[in-house]
Amino acid sequence: MRFGNIYSEEILLPVKPAYIVLTLLAALMLNLLPLTGRVLALRPDFVALALLYWGIHQPRKIGFFPAWLLGLAMDVADGSLFGQHALAYSAMMFVAIFLHRRVSMFDLRHQMLHVVVILLAMQLIVLGVRQAAGGELPGWWYFLSSATGALLWPIAHIVFTAPLRPRHDPDDV
Amino acid sequence: MEYTPPPFFKRGPSLFARLSFFAALSLILLYADARFHYMESMRKAVAVVLFPLQNLADVPGELGSRVSSFFVTQSSLQRDNERLARENFLNAGLLQTQQALIAENQHLRALLEMQERTEQSSVSAEILYFGRDPFSRKVIVDKGATQDIEEGAAVVDDTGLIGQVSRAFPWTAEVALITDREQVVPVQIVRNGLRAVVFGMGYDGALDLRFMPVNAEIENGDVLVTSGIDGVYPAGLPVAVVSNIERNAAYPFAKITCTPTAGVNRHKQVLVLSRLAPLPDYPAASETAQGAKPRLKPRKGG
Repeated sequence: MRFGNIYSEEILLPVKPAYIVLTLLAALMLNLLPLTGRVLALRPDFVALALLYWGIHQPRKIGFFPAWLLGLAMDVADGSLFGQHALAYSAMMFVAIFLHRRVSMFDLRHQMLHVVVILLAMQLIVLGVRQAAGGELPGWWYFLSSATGALLWPIAHIVFTAPLRPRHDPDDV
Repeated sequence: MEYTPPPFFKRGPSLFARLSFFAALSLILLYADARFHYMESMRKAVAVVLFPLQNLADVPGELGSRVSSFFVTQSSLQRDNERLARENFLNAGLLQTQQALIAENQHLRALLEMQERTEQSSVSAEILYFGRDPFSRKVIVDKGATQDIEEGAAVVDDTGLIGQVSRAFPWTAEVALITDREQVVPVQIVRNGLRAVVFGMGYDGALDLRFMPVNAEIENGDVLVTSGIDGVYPAGLPVAVVSNIERNAAYPFAKITCTPTAGVNRHKQVLVLSRLAPLPDYPAASETAQGAKPRLKPRKGG
């Protein structure tokens, strides 16, 4: 596919809420993968990416509650402070819904620039919460996951929209 | 792509109001968790819901390790077998002398009328995955509260202390490693019985032996074992070996770095020891000292 304005060329099927739930659960599973070391440092936050995607593209079908709930799930899964991801995901959802008209005007490359900034801001909130609670500073590699998350944005777009493309009827020429 | 007609009238509270609501909710949770640890039961409930998802996520890695263990070469198996036989032989010898020592120790302790050391039971567990929180150093093991794992229990591998159970969920448990920044272990130097505390530094392979005077009698290569005075870790578990000492007379304390003897990177199997019998209460402060010293309590992780 071309990195063009995504709305100019394709008309997608309407998104069912169950499909959004399914993608979010899949993202949660990816976040739960038992990774270690360098791979873990490079692993993007799939849940944040999926939430951001639906927040930007379907702002009326997703809200703060799923973001908050998934944040709590991530906090328990990571064994981190209860509520740090919930706060960060809620703030991210606010930015996504607030900016959804603006971001969807751009093509995928320029959307990636928005995404990397939003993901970085999300990580900064988590970092700020941990600093306030007396945590230590992780290395600079902590922010790498925002970069990999933004790089995955076009792939996320292709994967999320794949089941939504209308099938061409072979009889219809 | 919206097929529903756009709302002409605003539905529900504004975006900013909704953000404020959820942010406030999160902040309350954060405060309650960080300050009062009120959230443990809620955390357990969410952990139970997440458990099947986590198991499902572990499947690919487990399959991979099974496939790779199926293709182990004959020579490496033979080598392992030889090494294990040798270790077993050496350990058998040690065990025999130890049984004599245990009997002698019991006899001497009875003579001295000292408190008996309780026998400890242990549960073997397997590391499921490493904690993903970049701010702390933790591993998750596959045994939990239903297998009698309690919070605060010491966790060891075949070479020494690894850490302490920080949270026991129904089927899994979270182990805070001794290298975690918040973990403190009271230790004793084997060579001369000097007591000290080691602090985690927040990264692998290094521990910090703090508050030792510059002229303290400590050398490179000294072995540190748990002293057992905290009532959390049983005495005598190997913890670390002193690797670097910087004595600078300008500072009151020497800067001593140690290398932990055990490591979670080597094996998947760990042993969770049962908790010790609680120590007798600290005696009440006398009239003169009242209010001067706070009551000593074994702090978390220390």
